[in-house]
Amino acid sequence: MSKLRFGVVVFPGSNCDHDTFHVLRNVYGQDTFYLWHKDHDLNNADCIILPGGFSYGDYLRSGAIAKFSPLMKELQEFAHGGGLVLGICNGFQVLLELGLLPGAMLRNKNLKFLCEHVHLKMENDQTPFTNQWQENRVLRIPIAHFDGNYYASSDTIEEIKTNDQIVFRYADREGRITEEANVNGSVENIAGLVNKQRNVLGMMPHPERASESLLGSNDGQAIFKSIIHHLTHSLNYS
Amino acid sequence: MKIRVLVSYKDSVLDPQGQTVRNALLTMDYDFVKNIRQGKVFEIEIEALSDERIKQVIPELADRVLANPIIEKFTWEIIE
Repeated sequence: MSKLRFGVVVFPGSNCDHDTFHVLRNVYGQDTFYLWHKDHDLNNADCIILPGGFSYGDYLRSGAIAKFSPLMKELQEFAHGGGLVLGICNGFQVLLELGLLPGAMLRNKNLKFLCEHVHLKMENDQTPFTNQWQENRVLRIPIAHFDGNYYASSDTIEEIKTNDQIVFRYADREGRITEEANVNGSVENIAGLVNKQRNVLGMMPHPERASESLLGSNDGQAIFKSIIHHLTHSLNYS
Repeated sequence: MKIRVLVSYKDSVLDPQGQTVRNALLTMDYDFVKNIRQGKVFEIEIEALSDERIKQVIPELADRVLANPIIEKFTWEIIE
């Protein structure tokens, strides 16, 4: 089987780019490369990943300056053409600022930087990022962010729910959606969502930090394995 | 010329930082403080432009860059 091509975008201030690169190349054995944000070439990638970190020091708003990086023009075209894009943490914030996903991020409700493992309930297994999910499984994946309090207007939330765009919600270890489990105050406990076309996923938790049991959890594998399965089988989702 | 743009959360968006500042003031016995909304101020020095052009470009750049219209609103004024 030929290797898939994964492009990891590097902005000034990205700091999970190497972790993501390591997991894709060394854990999954895929052809992985960095994409500098000032370039205009996606290098024929099958999947683009916007990694976690603090692009441009989170100045102005998280992700607000990165959206003007030259490479974002090609990224938008790639996404609009159906290409797979995964935004993790700061990458999610960039996708929101770009308008590739609906909504915006506010500061965490308790005003603290949160760095801890959380439990996630998967709400939709019919996406390129979740098709290898085991039924009813609750994932344990770490978060590390200051601005992860997802917000969208009530009209937008209704639309998101109607289209089954919510993919991950903060939950307790049994998968119950509770206020206590909603660590950052997100609307509807939203931890991750896809666009209507299902080819763009943004998520605050870090699957690349949960892909090797040595690091305490390999639950993040569900996401990377799903992407690989999707790309090698050209699956369709309704 | 100098323009001042004030960006703040929309009324419908909770502002936990503003609330925290208010709580701090209340503990200092400034108990007349009813509510605080925190925002950002941008002072922008620009080349002299016509009034008409300013009315076009300042809201445009505020909307595109300085504020995120999903959660924030802005006002602006010429200060110099």
